Amino acid sequence: MLALNNYLIISAILFSIGTIGVLVRRNAIVIFMCVEMMLNAVNLTFIAFSKYLGNIDGQIFVFFVMTVAAAEAAVGLALMIAFFKNRESIDVEDINVMKW
Amino acid sequence: MLESLFFLIVAAVAVISSILVITCKNPINSALSLVMTFFCLATFYVMLDAPFMAAIQVIVYAGAIMVLIVFVIMLLNIRTETGRKTTHAILAGSIIGLFVLFQTCYFLTKGTLTGTKGAMDTALVEKVGHVELIGKALYTDFLLPFEITSLLLLVAIIGAVILSKRKI
Repeated sequence: MLALNNYLIISAILFSIGTIGVLVRRNAIVIFMCVEMMLNAVNLTFIAFSKYLGNIDGQIFVFFVMTVAAAEAAVGLALMIAFFKNRESIDVEDINVMKW
Repeated sequence: MLESLFFLIVAAVAVISSILVITCKNPINSALSLVMTFFCLATFYVMLDAPFMAAIQVIVYAGAIMVLIVFVIMLLNIRTETGRKTTHAILAGSIIGLFVLFQTCYFLTKGTLTGTKGAMDTALVEKVGHVELIGKALYTDFLLPFEITSLLLLVAIIGAVILSKRKI
């Protein structure tokens, strides 16, 4: 059996790459995909801990995270389509109506 | 030995495809790389004795959510990102991301594992079945959160329908 730290480190790497993507990219859909990647990195942590503690509760949390991600995908993509209808763009730098 | 070799290969594929997600100019390529990352994570779930979670990962994430994202990308006809170089944003984002990585690795090396030990192990999963274990926990200990989840999905459906109306 592999050590727990292997899974935690790969999860940390994926989470950091997702963070960099959210901060660097300007396309809203790519930012959205990076957020999904961060959620998945945390899911991997949950399942790794669940396995090494022998406790099933972590996997139930992964189940709920997936539900929230599905709801987020539906609402987030609907928001992007509404924004695209108004501005003909999906660039986050064009979302500046409330910018001070 | 074989397991760690397999782990290294899958981990390398996961990291490379996730880097491709944030470097590809075309959103469709990013989406396909993200599907690859999800499949690698499903492989990890199988290695961690969670076959049901791996199936859900492939069906819900790689199947449903990514199809929705690709569908929206094609519907909006988004072209490749052009113009406006933002070197300072890339630099700042990379520094913050590396800082997050450093911090998490620091916690991993310094922290100790605490938590409630449970009875689940490989033998139990093989004997009882993973789906049954998940189902028992979900419908007894986690019944209230499970019902609240259905409310969340209802709100998401209503929100998506209202947001996609013609006048907003």
